[in-house]
Amino acid sequence: MNVPATLNVNGTPYSVELDPHMSLLDAVRTVVGLTGSKEGCDDSECGACMMLLDGKPVNSCSYLALQADERDVTTVEGLADGDELVPLQRAFLEQGGVQCGFCTPGMLISATALLRANPDPSDDDVRIALSGNLCRCTGYDGIVRAVRGVAASGTDV
Amino acid sequence: MTRSFTWAVTVEDALAAIGSGARPVAGGTDLVVGARQGKASLPEAIVAVDRIASLGGIVEVDGGLHLGTLATHEEIVANEVIRERFSALADASAIVGSHATRAHGTIGGNVMNASPAMDAGGPLLCFDASATLRSEAGERTVPLGELWTGPGSTTADPHELLVGIEVPAPKMMTGSAYVRLEYRRQMEIAIVGATAVVTLDAGSVTHARVAITALAPTIRRIPEAEAALAGSDGGDEAIATAARAAGTGSSPITDVRGSAGYRTAMAEVIARRAIVAALARARGEQVSIPASAATRGATA
Repeated sequence: MNVPATLNVNGTPYSVELDPHMSLLDAVRTVVGLTGSKEGCDDSECGACMMLLDGKPVNSCSYLALQADERDVTTVEGLADGDELVPLQRAFLEQGGVQCGFCTPGMLISATALLRANPDPSDDDVRIALSGNLCRCTGYDGIVRAVRGVAASGTDV
Repeated sequence: MTRSFTWAVTVEDALAAIGSGARPVAGGTDLVVGARQGKASLPEAIVAVDRIASLGGIVEVDGGLHLGTLATHEEIVANEVIRERFSALADASAIVGSHATRAHGTIGGNVMNASPAMDAGGPLLCFDASATLRSEAGERTVPLGELWTGPGSTTADPHELLVGIEVPAPKMMTGSAYVRLEYRRQMEIAIVGATAVVTLDAGSVTHARVAITALAPTIRRIPEAEAALAGSDGGDEAIATAARAAGTGSSPITDVRGSAGYRTAMAEVIARRAIVAALARARGEQVSIPASAATRGATA
């Protein structure tokens, strides 16, 4: 039986009725209709589905949507201000941190969580923090440069 | 049973739901992933326990610790008392999953998932921790060594909820470390892990605990390794004997992450690193958290 709940996604409340087994990723993609977050492994290995839940990173493929009732969910769509990309997104583009783009929504969320927790990460800090996010294209160097560049600029994320 | 989901506000709510057949979920990091991997399908009736305020928190009690069942790995690794005096537990929580796992994964869920590869299990076992299990019928305390019976199985009744973990105070001059062999720096599961807790007094080891992880059906202590250390000077010979005992005390499986032969060979190496790091910490030397990274590349 579907259960009523409220998902606050990127600042907008959505009244939804969800199957108790539905993942947060499925709820956001198929019920709310925001498809930026991706399903890669569906097993918490790849990080493509990563969102922020009350500001903390979560692998949304492996999190029951109803557990997010009344909590604040941030997806990649919630980072930019309208069409205006945030510095981290621009840095990914400028540094070659994006190729096919499938991992990018989760990478951006993971890097946002890292920079909020540690505003001045070393190369190693970035590599460790993003080790839960797999990229099969870039070789990671552009991503690490982008994250460190934003940190060095002192911009809020 | 109709598929259902409720949010418990109090422990009593949760126990009533569990008493009538619901299964608890906290961070969900094992439950949902386990279902995806086909270990067990998701329960038909689910009660979310992660909003029960009284089940959270990390409190120092008479020099020991009370870990609320909802304490997350992120909270554990950030806790100064744990980093200083229960360092092996901080070593373990620091490397569980990724920052996403650590933000939501709880110590209670970790312990009750009963994986023989759980990072936090060896440290808790070596600190002589016990689990407090509560049901509508009452409460009991079970030493962790009597809780795990095999991969994914415990002596807990299905109607019981783990509400907290009690860790007694370690003696002065105690050092501890947890080290694992890993292929990937996040979202990794121990290929092999080892924990050591040692107490020094005037240059002698007066107390030792050694446990192995991902090397047997449950995390378990190795009494022969402990006996080799206890009463010794903590020197190379005692360390070598203890580490060998960890290898011979192993009965690992072969799976995609490593063969039984490889795991057994690595048990000795990883146990040695854990013992060396624990002794160093007992002497007051700095070994950064997590010890797995600090000891990587150490000679066997």
